[in-house]
Amino acid sequence: MQQSQCTKWMTHGEAGLMLFFSMAAFVCAFAAAKALDAPFAFHASLAAVASGVASFAIMNRYLDRPASLPPEEINGKPNYNVGPIKFASFMAMFWGIAGFAVGLLIASQLAWPALNFDLPWTSFGRLRPLHTSAVIFAFGGNVLIATSFYVVQRTCRTRLVGDLAPWFVVLGYNFFILIAGTGYLLGVTQSKEYAEPEWYADLWLTIVWVVYLVVFVMTLVKRKEPHIFVANWFYLAFIVTIAVLHLGNNPALPVSVFGSKSYIAWGGVQDAMFQWWYGHNAVGFFLTAGFLAIMYYFIPKRAERPVYSYRLSIIHFWALIFLYIWAGPHHLHHTALPDWTQTLGMTFSIMLWMPSWGGMINGLMTLSGAWDKLRTDPVLRMLVVSVAFYGMSTFEGPMMSIKVVNSLSHYTDWTIGHVHSGALGWVGFVSFGALYCLIPWLWDRKGLYSLKLVNWHFWTATIGIVLYISAMWVSGILQGLMWRAYTSLGFLEYSFLETVEAMHPFYVIRAAGGALFLIGALIMAYNLWMTVRAREADVGTELALQAAE
Amino acid sequence: MSFWTRHQIFEKNSVILIAGILVVIAIGGLVEITPLFYLKSTIEVVDGVRPYTPLELAGRNIYVREGCYLCHSQMVRPLRDEVERYGHFSLAAESMYDHPFQWGSKRTGPDLARVGAKYSDEWHVTHLTNPRAIVPQSVMPGYPFLAQTEVDTAVVADNLKASRVVGVPYSDEQIRNAVADLKAQADPDNVGTDAFAKRYPKAVIRNFDSKAGAPTEMDALVAYLQMLGTLVDFKLYNEKANLR
Repeated sequence: MQQSQCTKWMTHGEAGLMLFFSMAAFVCAFAAAKALDAPFAFHASLAAVASGVASFAIMNRYLDRPASLPPEEINGKPNYNVGPIKFASFMAMFWGIAGFAVGLLIASQLAWPALNFDLPWTSFGRLRPLHTSAVIFAFGGNVLIATSFYVVQRTCRTRLVGDLAPWFVVLGYNFFILIAGTGYLLGVTQSKEYAEPEWYADLWLTIVWVVYLVVFVMTLVKRKEPHIFVANWFYLAFIVTIAVLHLGNNPALPVSVFGSKSYIAWGGVQDAMFQWWYGHNAVGFFLTAGFLAIMYYFIPKRAERPVYSYRLSIIHFWALIFLYIWAGPHHLHHTALPDWTQTLGMTFSIMLWMPSWGGMINGLMTLSGAWDKLRTDPVLRMLVVSVAFYGMSTFEGPMMSIKVVNSLSHYTDWTIGHVHSGALGWVGFVSFGALYCLIPWLWDRKGLYSLKLVNWHFWTATIGIVLYISAMWVSGILQGLMWRAYTSLGFLEYSFLETVEAMHPFYVIRAAGGALFLIGALIMAYNLWMTVRAREADVGTELALQAAE
Repeated sequence: MSFWTRHQIFEKNSVILIAGILVVIAIGGLVEITPLFYLKSTIEVVDGVRPYTPLELAGRNIYVREGCYLCHSQMVRPLRDEVERYGHFSLAAESMYDHPFQWGSKRTGPDLARVGAKYSDEWHVTHLTNPRAIVPQSVMPGYPFLAQTEVDTAVVADNLKASRVVGVPYSDEQIRNAVADLKAQADPDNVGTDAFAKRYPKAVIRNFDSKAGAPTEMDALVAYLQMLGTLVDFKLYNEKANLR
């Protein structure tokens, strides 16, 4: 806004958002009073309180701030906006630990069912979506928002667009997580895997996501560099496609605008196809494209080497996003989905192996001439191992999408093992690596509090992953084989129950693996906390880091 | 002009890059999803599939609420061992009124597509209350609270109405009598049972939790489980006509 230096005015954004949140507070309070069910009343009240707080916060911020907004540049250098990034990084670490902890709990429930406690809000069926949403959308989502806001500013050499908008994105997104997560515990779910939040949470996410897209794109538009850096293509594909998937999979009719329950517009076989078109591309665009963007910025940066091949990145970008969208039906092999759709899904899933490995090769070969750093830099090691896990999962995935293999693997723990080699190994490690880089940069520290602790984190988590995925491979293949085993007389050899019993030792090993992964994350949180805190004692010297030990 | 120079148009224009992304990601979804809405072979022609009764729908909503789909599939695949273990493979027609579908993706517990009429009501009630009372090796959570919670009758008719808007063919009469039908199905002595049986032919009328009083969530869930996979009579099903 163009105001003179001496008079202070509210920007359109401040005034508009204050108005929006004041009205929202009243509407939500009204909805809470009229609510048909307790969870809806709870969520509407939460939203009313949050809207009220947001109004006050905007007013306070306005009163405290100087008359003019932060400048675009200071002394000719871009004045980067780091506040929202700091917040999202903190929330990523918080939700990560929460999500891993719930994962450990539900893994233990499968080994020791008494841990369900026979209560509605502690049973496996309600906690499992809490785990998946907390790790994918809360942990992963905050990492993606934090890194995308960081990378887009640096690679465009310009300040993030908007004054309040970036804050609206990070706070709004985390409020969505809060609504979704508490909803699961209270039994509010659409029961579509990885799209469980009900209609009102979906609507709110849509608003937040559009603002995210606008902030990201408008920042790209005002860039000071002629080219859009490759990482930003992947971020953009992630943001755009997730919007399309979210809208396609979630149209629902609420039973009442004052109640939490809704019925999804799609039914039966079409709903199944929409769901796995969404579900597999949540993997493809949220957990792959977004995190490939992280790979394309943080690995070259940390290794101090350029991206291996620009041409390879062009080819694998377009091929990856074109092929991924087709892969959904491999979640529905041998089901009542028509065969032609299954065959298409399988064909494209196999082809998907190529662009996936294109990305892996581009990431790994970036290390050319810098491989020696793996010995001394555990952060770079974490990033590189994540790409290796990416390569492994993206070989395993196409293999499992072959119908014959899938007839064995589907419905078993093999799928869970496959997902976790990708989720823990690829998404987890690349996020950890990125956060280890990002935190010292954001808080202006010379380095991490302790590289030794990063090393500890790396090894605890790696051993945890190996335990987890090998236990799930064995239990999955074992159970798949037991289901189809016949005696010499032609009878099914095992009852279903015998196959459940056989899983017990592997469920215990899996829980142990998960516990190690969680311990690693706790070590990380401590390390990052100390990194941020360290300088309070003594500004800017390595000695301060020593003293804090 | 080489391919790589041509590509710069995407690298230098964020709007063109977005347009490119949208076109490229639209193709696969359009090809795979849209035909499912108009190809007649997508859903088989069968007799017997009807919308859920109000009590069954309430039960299904509990099934959804508790996340049962996370451990139980409802999709028998046409594989020898599955057909022998669970029964006839599942048809698309059997879930055509399912909003959302509940095919599931994991079998920590067995498939439930054809669990209806396999066990007694009493078995289900005991098992849901404490699975290990009947199956000591089970890892399923217990749901004792279902028997203590009455079905919320205030929203029953609205549930049917919303379902009709998204495509489930409930009649005006069925919606008008939703609450009466819900009570009648769980109480064989109810005066409304005949009218209920006319509106939902072949639906089972029983006191599922064998407790007096208003229908509980246990009644609803067991009513739903007991009808799963029972609607199509496979002795009459014409497999050849529906080959696809």
